[in-house]
Amino acid sequence: MMVQQTTPEAAVSGVTTAAELNVAGTRGPSFGEPIVEYLLRLGDDRLILGHRLSEWCGHGPILEEDIALANIALDLVGASSMLLGLAGELEGKDRDADALAFFREGVQYRNALIVELPRGDFGFTIMRQFLFDAYSVVTLDALASCGHAGLAAIAAKSLKEDKYHLRHSSEWVVRLGDGTEESHNRVQASLNELWRYTGELFERDTIDEAVAAVGITLDRDALHAKWESIVNDVLQRATLTIPEKTVMASGGRRGRHTEHLGHLLSVMQSVARAHPGATW
Amino acid sequence: MTQPTTVTADESALVAAFEARIAAGESIEPKDWMPERYRRQLIRMMSQHAHSEIVGMLPEGNWITRAPSLRRKMSLIAKVQDEAGHGLYIYCGTETLGVDRHELVEQLLDGRAKYSSIFNYPTLSWADMGVIGWFVDGAAIVNQTILAKASYGPYARAMVRICKEENFHKRQGYEICATLANGTPAQREMLQDAVNRFWWPSLMMFGPSDTDSPNSAELLKWRVKRKTNDELRQRFINLTVPQAAAIGVTLPDPDLKFNAETNNWDFGEIDWDEFFQVIGGNGPCNRERIAARQQAQDEGEWVRAAATAHASKQHRTVQAA
Repeated sequence: MMVQQTTPEAAVSGVTTAAELNVAGTRGPSFGEPIVEYLLRLGDDRLILGHRLSEWCGHGPILEEDIALANIALDLVGASSMLLGLAGELEGKDRDADALAFFREGVQYRNALIVELPRGDFGFTIMRQFLFDAYSVVTLDALASCGHAGLAAIAAKSLKEDKYHLRHSSEWVVRLGDGTEESHNRVQASLNELWRYTGELFERDTIDEAVAAVGITLDRDALHAKWESIVNDVLQRATLTIPEKTVMASGGRRGRHTEHLGHLLSVMQSVARAHPGATW
Repeated sequence: MTQPTTVTADESALVAAFEARIAAGESIEPKDWMPERYRRQLIRMMSQHAHSEIVGMLPEGNWITRAPSLRRKMSLIAKVQDEAGHGLYIYCGTETLGVDRHELVEQLLDGRAKYSSIFNYPTLSWADMGVIGWFVDGAAIVNQTILAKASYGPYARAMVRICKEENFHKRQGYEICATLANGTPAQREMLQDAVNRFWWPSLMMFGPSDTDSPNSAELLKWRVKRKTNDELRQRFINLTVPQAAAIGVTLPDPDLKFNAETNNWDFGEIDWDEFFQVIGGNGPCNRERIAARQQAQDEGEWVRAAATAHASKQHRTVQAA
């Protein structure tokens, strides 16, 4: 057992040494308390995905989608702002959400790889969004009743928004999958490309075990089953097929990213880093 | 040749009745009779306004991914989203005049329709996000507050709603500027540079001087416009000069001085050659703006086709059931 100590504090500190965290291979610098690391994973997913969505602003296929994608981006960045804010508070090193967003290196980011991939065409953006939304809804639904009051409150608020996001992306997946031959082929190709990034969303490591001490106990297998049921239902309606024998990619949760993240961050952080200490 | 004469006689009676309604301050609604020229002028103005909202998303969208704090990123996304909403709303308003959005977008892309000249200037620093909110939304408010009393009901009502949001954008922009003005020397320099670049193009937003404005007289008569371009420009300058002083930035016009007789701020000569170059397609970013809209249109073609195909399949399924 990872967690044997009797007090939560001791239990948490018992699993944060670099040696123990290294069980899953190499990893970037860690952030002390597992709950901080855990919140960064949630916050970074939403910040990076919100950033990718915001790249569509002014370039959408129809005006209504410019509005919808901006709205979803806004919700995701808003959620990340709360999650990173809480992470900073619990870290206790005087770093607020902005410090965490704009002054961390790529290897210190904890988002899943799927959210950092370039936006691709509208079909790729929608398919990625759908796979993430379904994951987010099942995860936040569980977190909304977890024993960590701060996180539960954020999860409950974001869950309401994410249910709308899931409805929006599901409808589009069906529309594109079932639309024309071209749209079907495009969105099937996106699904084929994206599928290998979905395994990481349900990985479980020492951080997940350690946060049990602060009341966060998610059954990843159960969440995965719920996610699969949502995904299978929508993909079936969209006449799309899940690719077989996919080797899953992994690494984001340990700071081992694709090359895309560095470029994204160099854009996102450019102004803030050019003026360290400035107020905006 | 009796028939045309009859029509003309009927028409002139209709025009007289129409103009009497306008003179009485009544609002014209979509199903009311209106002169063809009134309808065309409104389509021109309203679609130009809608296109400006849509093209205007690009210079600001350019900085969403680089906004220096999460709060600023969120408010900028929200602002650009509002602009898309305004565009959509005004396109719908224009459709009440019997023209559809698709046709209007084509007119934008092939250069037949215009949009506000200001959006052909590049956004070069974060300070531009502040200055655009302050100047460009500020100028839009001056224009639109008057348009909210325009004779065509759907346009006037759209303006009432849009003005509320533009006021919020302007405050937000001015607040960005005030923050920069209180910031580091580099931030202050960034702000002053943005002011220097956007001041004159913002004054040009009100259009040519009344003596050179081809549409003004008729638009004023039909209360599509209620004030002349020069009156609105002067009002904007009078409002903005004290705001600039309050945050310690210099407006780049050595001739700017208060005239106690007129109670106005006198200002220097606007470079109308530049204005006509920009509206003629030769501004710094005209090509990029239209190319970006064209690209969005082209790359979105398969998505729109898919949505249509799926909708008609659904329709058939419902009918078969």
